[in-house]
Amino acid sequence: MQHPLTATDERTAEPPAAAAPLLEIDSLHTRFDTADGEVRAVDGVSLTVRAGRTLCVVGESGCGKSIMARSVLQLVEPPGKIVSGSIRWNHGESGPVDTTALEPDGEQIRRIRGNEIGMVFQEPMASLSPMYTIGAQLTEAILLHRDVTPDEARQIGIDLLTQVGIPQPEGRFDAYPFQLSGGMCQRVMIAIALSCDPALLIADEPTTALDVTTQARILDLLKDLQRHNGMAMMFITHDLGVVAEIADDVTVMYLGQAVEHGTVEQIFTTPKHPYTQALLGSLPTLEDTTHRRPLTAIRGMVPHPQNRPTGCPFWTRCDAAIGGVCDVEEPPESPFDNGHRAACHRYSHPDGGGSVPLPAPAVRGHATDRSGRGQAEGAPVLEVRNLTKQYTVSGGMFRRNKGTVHAVSDVSLTIRPGETLGLVGESGCGKTTLGRSIARLVDASSGEVLFRDRDGTQVDLAALRGAALRRYRTRVRVIFQDPFSSLNPRMTVEQIVGEPLRANGMARGSTLTDQVAEMLRKVGIQPEYMSRYPHAFSGGQRQRLNIARALITEPELVIADEPVSALDVSVRAQILNLLSDLQDELGLTYLFISHDLSVVEHVSDRVAVMYMGRIIEEGPADALFGAPQHPYTQALLDAVPIPDPFARPERSSTVPDELPDPMNPPAGCSFHTRCTFADSDHGCSTTLPALTRVDEDHDAACHRSSDLTLQGITRTREIPEAS
Amino acid sequence: MLRYITRRLLILIPTLAAISVVTFIVIQLPPGDYLTTRIAQLSAQGDGSLSAQELERLTQRYGLDQPVYVQYWTWISNILFHGDFGDSFVYGRPVGALLAERLPLTILLSVLTLLFIWAVSFPIGVYSAMRQYSVGDYTFTFFGYLGLAVPNFLIALVLMWVSLQYFGTSVGGLFSPEYRDAPWSMPKFGDLLAHLWIPVVIWGTAGTAANIRVLRANLLDELRKPYVTAARARGMKRGLLTIKYPVRVAMNPFFSTIGWILPGLIAADAITSQVLNLNTTGPLLLDALLAQDMYLAGSVLLISALLVVIGTLISDLALAWLDPRVRLRY
Ligand SMILES: Nc1ncnc2c1ncn2[C@@H]1O[C@H](COP(=O)(O)OP(=O)(O)O)[C@@H](O)[C@H]1O
Ligand code: SF4
Ligand code: SF4
Ligand SMILES: [Mg+2]
Repeated sequence: MQHPLTATDERTAEPPAAAAPLLEIDSLHTRFDTADGEVRAVDGVSLTVRAGRTLCVVGESGCGKSIMARSVLQLVEPPGKIVSGSIRWNHGESGPVDTTALEPDGEQIRRIRGNEIGMVFQEPMASLSPMYTIGAQLTEAILLHRDVTPDEARQIGIDLLTQVGIPQPEGRFDAYPFQLSGGMCQRVMIAIALSCDPALLIADEPTTALDVTTQARILDLLKDLQRHNGMAMMFITHDLGVVAEIADDVTVMYLGQAVEHGTVEQIFTTPKHPYTQALLGSLPTLEDTTHRRPLTAIRGMVPHPQNRPTGCPFWTRCDAAIGGVCDVEEPPESPFDNGHRAACHRYSHPDGGGSVPLPAPAVRGHATDRSGRGQAEGAPVLEVRNLTKQYTVSGGMFRRNKGTVHAVSDVSLTIRPGETLGLVGESGCGKTTLGRSIARLVDASSGEVLFRDRDGTQVDLAALRGAALRRYRTRVRVIFQDPFSSLNPRMTVEQIVGEPLRANGMARGSTLTDQVAEMLRKVGIQPEYMSRYPHAFSGGQRQRLNIARALITEPELVIADEPVSALDVSVRAQILNLLSDLQDELGLTYLFISHDLSVVEHVSDRVAVMYMGRIIEEGPADALFGAPQHPYTQALLDAVPIPDPFARPERSSTVPDELPDPMNPPAGCSFHTRCTFADSDHGCSTTLPALTRVDEDHDAACHRSSDLTLQGITRTREIPEAS
Repeated sequence: MLRYITRRLLILIPTLAAISVVTFIVIQLPPGDYLTTRIAQLSAQGDGSLSAQELERLTQRYGLDQPVYVQYWTWISNILFHGDFGDSFVYGRPVGALLAERLPLTILLSVLTLLFIWAVSFPIGVYSAMRQYSVGDYTFTFFGYLGLAVPNFLIALVLMWVSLQYFGTSVGGLFSPEYRDAPWSMPKFGDLLAHLWIPVVIWGTAGTAANIRVLRANLLDELRKPYVTAARARGMKRGLLTIKYPVRVAMNPFFSTIGWILPGLIAADAITSQVLNLNTTGPLLLDALLAQDMYLAGSVLLISALLVVIGTLISDLALAWLDPRVRLRY
């Protein structure tokens, strides 16, 4: 438990065939009979989970991963239905069974559920009923399958909570889910899933909703538990970094079908299917910090299963498609070395040539040299001085304890023209509040937000009111995170994008229409769509509309608050590329807020790291990622899953995943409760460390930054001998 | 918990004070005062001989020669300290006595109606959600809309006819003639029940229909929540799971019905009471308003407002007891 895996630990030297198949899915078809017709969510998937190994199922959202996983336990709700195929479960006293043949919700399938196969879901908080304590739900699972008394079940439950790393398990046993953090709830879900010692754990995006640090801890926990009790895992994710970190075997899914199978090494070193290759290409990585490589985005998006293309489902987005073949025939599976298989005409068709041609080099221009841009010249566009924002919060219905939360404490920042300042930190650390205070969407409690006007004079936005403030609202704009809720569904695209112009009296009539059309073209949306409503657009397109709305007033400073967090990897790459193109074209300055370090690293010239309302480190991106000066920055970097199975992290210093109570921040350095280097001789728990210069243009707030050497993102990459 | 209740009870005091002021303003709204109304009325009946003594007595009693706020104080302090609600001049009796006759029956009917609504809408609501779009669901939906759309007095007439035709009981009033003045006995009690079900059904129909809709919609939402799938994934039986998890959450609106059913009948639906010949406070209020019998009307309004406030408190407490999120978070 307490000793995380090391990188070289029992790596998969043996070929996958060595372990016995535990779960075998054979051409599974699961469909939904909806009013608009039949939705073929899972359309002929075959895959195998082997005893004691981890199979990762990866693909963009809407590819049918969740429905496939739910089909295994017959959990698909009507109108969904398994129409054909088999799911062989080779375990249990009853011998091999086909779970698709069992009576739905009958006794046999219920004995498998939770007992032989445990399941963990994406939204930990919502997966627990708010009406009962976590202990009640945990013991319920134990009592269902085990012959124990309620008192014994309680004891087993507390032991399980200890095992999944919940501090003070006796106390937490009687807590309600909404009193715990998302990470804690996911641990509880894991405890429930493991309560009857299952032979297989199905985890459907268990870390997608969590912070990087929490994700890292949950992944470590799962790996440890697996090593401990030898169970197999089917781990569903869209994040290739996570795949690289925990998979033994990988199945890539696209539009309801499995398009490639292989070991994790095969998938990452010799990906065969163009879709797999494209997924790998669209990842921003924490490498190559001096050159900004445009991401190779996959064209378009996953079509809805009702619009499934004929032939190869991927041909509409494939750069290697063979005309007249790929759009007509479904590709058969071709075998490669050691069980590696992919379904693509390039390998099976006589005209295929036996390989996938490399994509035309750098479709979208060359890598930009970043070293020049990092030192953006000129007086800062924005200077934030000692900004503080506090909120008063109240307790529960029967309590009246009010408290103060310092969402932002004494933050100072500068942003120079044309640069991108990245702002990172776990959720709840105050990033969004800081961004909103700068944009004056919330009023700061104290401090200055100095914006440099075109004539060089500085204006304190925090002190402006009324009309004077409105004038600056067109020059500092915000792009919001959620592309779905941030657009008014009752307005047309023209109204939405043109609204800032109209509201500020900047244009009207046909000038306005022309400007909107021009802006739409810039963000890659055809102006003909101007009269449509937002629901007709996909997530990525809506984010383009959001960007258009933010940029139409020709702002100087753009605050992008998690602009790609809600998007799939391939769409994310498209949006990131768009943002950097627009920056070059329009000379924009960005404050780029994200909890995803690889994204921030990809776009930023300088980076500021926030923890509990304060900036704890700030510096040039490459210096900060290469030689961090604050243990918290290092902890964040350690937590990022790297899409390279040969560089599995050695996390010796995992950070506990609970943030301190923001109403009672720890004395001294606010990070000392989680810091592995905390030391009372240095005053960590008594004196607040000030943000001080540690290197050229590089500041950190740590008492020990001068005597610590932190390793940054360099991880040991061990490529095994060719097998 | 205790603190919370104390706080809520303390908030009651200013709330009720405000309500009483509003009620008093309603009483004072018609031009003139009680006495002029009374004199006008008496002279209209050809009896102009209201003695100066009588006039003096009434003026004294209601403080009619005093400023308005003194009148208010006289009125409210009489109610608070002496339980004296004033006189009704339509009935020529103290309002307190009139209320004592009618309020218990009205409250009994309200409570029974509430229980009826719960007992009927709960199983039907759960059934309709679990078997969405089944024949049963459609049937209940149809009858639900019918119940919402048909006016109560019409249902009353139909039920009276049914009762007379098939059970041979005349259902006007609360008792058959032979029991009306008899002492309490088992048969008398049975006779009461035979009469009570009709008003309960009539008043409960609309509420039942509304409750079924709300419960069904809530439960359908809850049934799609991830925790239901998660509970199935750990091997729980469907039926048990549904009752234990989603139904419990979907029950919340049940408790808000307390807030409006309790006071609802006090002031409302005089027509049905008239049709069924029931001595509830509804007809009393109607008469009082028509005749500008302002002390009577004011008292009924005041009591009805009091019950709204108490009903809301009870439903809030019930909600907190049922739902830990309400209890611990907000
Ligand atoms: N209840 C449903 N009714 C109709 N279609 C559905 C339903 N649930 C899922 N689908 C469709 O099935 C497809 C696969 O969904 P899912 O398995 O959730 O994908 P993934 O987990 O890979 O993101 C999606 O296109 C989705 O629209
Ligand atoms: S079969 Fe054709 S379209 Fe499909 S992935 Fe292969 S090359 Fe691309
Ligand atoms: S000041 Fe101390 S506790 Fe804070 S980060 Fe530095 S070493 Fe850790
Ligand atoms: Mg999914």
